[in-house]
Amino acid sequence: MFSDPRWSEALSRLPDYLGSHVRVSMTALALGLAISLPLALLAYRRPVLRGFLLGITSIVQTVPGLALLALFYPLLLALSALTASWLGVGFSAFGFLPSVLALALYSMLPVARNTITGLREIDPALTEAAQGVGMTPRQSLTMVELPLALPVIMAGIRTAAVWVIGTATLSTPIGQTSLGNYIFAGLQTQNWVFVLFGCAAAALLALAVDQLLALVENGLRLRLRARIMAGLVGLAALLLATLTPSLSQSRASHVIGAKTFTEQYVLASLIGQRLEAAGLTSTLREGLGSNVIFEALAKNDIDVYVDYSGTLWANQLKRTDVKPRGELFDELKAALASRWSIKTLGALGFDNAYALVMPRKRAEELGIRSAADLAARAGTMSIAGDYEFFSRPEWTALRTAYNLNFRQQRQMQPDFMYAAVASGEVDVIAGYTSDGLIARYDLVVLDDPKRAIPPYDAIVLISPKRAEDKALRDALLPLIGKIDVSAMREANLRAGNGETPSAVAKWLWDHIQRR
Amino acid sequence: MSDTAEAIVFDKVGKTFDNGRVKAVADVSLHIAAGEFVAIVGGSGSGKTTLLRLANRLLDADSGHVRISGRSVQQSDPIALRRSIGYVFQSAGLFPHMTAAGNIGITPRLLGQPAADIAVRVDELLTLVRLAPPENYRDRYPHELSGGERQRVGVARALAARPRIVLMDEPFGALDPLTRDALGDDYLRLHRDLGLTTIMITHDMTEAMLLANRIAVMREGRLLGQGTPQELGRSDNLYIKELLNTPRKQAARLQAVLTDRSA
Repeated sequence: MFSDPRWSEALSRLPDYLGSHVRVSMTALALGLAISLPLALLAYRRPVLRGFLLGITSIVQTVPGLALLALFYPLLLALSALTASWLGVGFSAFGFLPSVLALALYSMLPVARNTITGLREIDPALTEAAQGVGMTPRQSLTMVELPLALPVIMAGIRTAAVWVIGTATLSTPIGQTSLGNYIFAGLQTQNWVFVLFGCAAAALLALAVDQLLALVENGLRLRLRARIMAGLVGLAALLLATLTPSLSQSRASHVIGAKTFTEQYVLASLIGQRLEAAGLTSTLREGLGSNVIFEALAKNDIDVYVDYSGTLWANQLKRTDVKPRGELFDELKAALASRWSIKTLGALGFDNAYALVMPRKRAEELGIRSAADLAARAGTMSIAGDYEFFSRPEWTALRTAYNLNFRQQRQMQPDFMYAAVASGEVDVIAGYTSDGLIARYDLVVLDDPKRAIPPYDAIVLISPKRAEDKALRDALLPLIGKIDVSAMREANLRAGNGETPSAVAKWLWDHIQRR
Repeated sequence: MSDTAEAIVFDKVGKTFDNGRVKAVADVSLHIAAGEFVAIVGGSGSGKTTLLRLANRLLDADSGHVRISGRSVQQSDPIALRRSIGYVFQSAGLFPHMTAAGNIGITPRLLGQPAADIAVRVDELLTLVRLAPPENYRDRYPHELSGGERQRVGVARALAARPRIVLMDEPFGALDPLTRDALGDDYLRLHRDLGLTTIMITHDMTEAMLLANRIAVMREGRLLGQGTPQELGRSDNLYIKELLNTPRKQAARLQAVLTDRSA
């Protein structure tokens, strides 16, 4: 089982992913402690403040981790714009900072709650005794109350550590490299080795940190300096060990971004290989959210990535009208340059549009060829789309153009969608035209005669900072106009069958060269 | 210190709780001379513990004055005052995370005395309260001691900073009769040898009569009467008479039982 090359690929990424993961979660935990411990000490004897603190931290806790992380990105973006206009210095709202803040917030409840509970559960006879022997309130706190509450407080810290380490896997979409990169990439490319590896690594890390903290707790309680030191040295060693390899890696010259689906991993890998061939170094930032990746490029947090003309047309230009392919591309290119100083290197040659897809057999039986034919039957049918499709303008356009009212809408992991429609679990899906699974499951793409959906040409975008980077441009120009939809489908199918993105990228490059 | 000097004076003191709704102590005057051993006797809710706490400012009086060695406690720093007065808590009140030595040495430590001096003092005190040899006891945690041993550590802790005054809140209440008797006797010896002034709270009239030279009886926050056991015997207060009669009746009944059996 371990002869699978994906294991060694996963292992080779471990120093980077684990290092980033440890740094972001430990920083967040330290920050969370630094805030929640003093707050808890301030609040434990004050009922109003106590209720307020526990209430706020509980509410934060009910926000799903992914959403909390996602919320911090626009928040910091706005804040960065504000400091930039007031103080003349902005900061990066990408990756580390939003992750640390969100995770720190997430760690506050267990620490605050346990500290308050631990202190309040102390026998009042003992605090009276502390007073009676002549302790000041501060001495009573440090010499009696805190030592007695310590096991409960440490339990809270351990819970927080495990939560933070687990939740940190969700910081991948906002640009923080973490063990979540394995999971996000693995889910997208059906690489279960990666998913398993990521989960196991995160679990082992959480377990290790928990045990080291337990050692510290034990030492503190039994007043065994050796144990306290062993625990602290272990934690420090973990930090140090993960710090060294990633420092050397962070000197790469170019940062390549990728969104959260297979094609993006393959294309990012291909770009990385082209840069390497041209003697440039690069790192990948994979699994970024659709809006995060664009802002990251505009802010120079990443240097290059592939986006789709229709996506930018609707999301960034806020356009709802649809124009012919060439016109749309020209207008988009001009707008990206003037509004964001982003350079459009060119289109790769294929288009990855949303399209309504259903099994070929069923479509033929029902005589459905286009979206227009679907209208009469939609009321008895269910449709599945990815997580963003139903809130995108394309769906509104499609629905109004053809008067589509489906019985049921379901959101799905893109790679499961195709299997779901092939098995009949849903009747129609909003698939992607370049997806290799269309051929594999014998599905058919329904026509869009009214052109409700704009073209989605894959285009290479370059950050403002790199707009004049000749070496980068020369390295990537050979890709422009060379990848047609059948080549991309084949590449996507290979990646979906378990080949690593880098292997597929090599195949794709060879494939292009042969023609 | 002369025997006539007043160590502790309660002068018409009152204390209420819950914004005046509960009168815990009302208009109590009690003068305690240096070297005296005074027991305050009363049932639960009689205000005896509250009165005791007014002496070292664990509580502050609403009305009247409390003076320690002639000085109003209101003019003393409460922290310094508490460090200068020994306090023995009900069921010892030892800190569970500190050893016997740690507990005994706590007030000297708070006073900033050198660790080496404290260690010597701890051993001295362990011997004094008959926890000898000290090396058998000083490193034990409270849960590793018996109830009587814990209370002996509690007494040692109260004496550690060489106080002139010791306040005891039902110190022997939770102990078995034999331990209780032995501990009471041992403490009385310390009280005399060290020239202490002691106030002891108890609900047990027998214990009060055996240990104290003066007894103050409290009920519902008021001082019903005070004096030597003989003086109290002449009181016409029904509650005091009842309190004094109970041990007498018990002794008589005990006597009857014992003679019956031997007959």
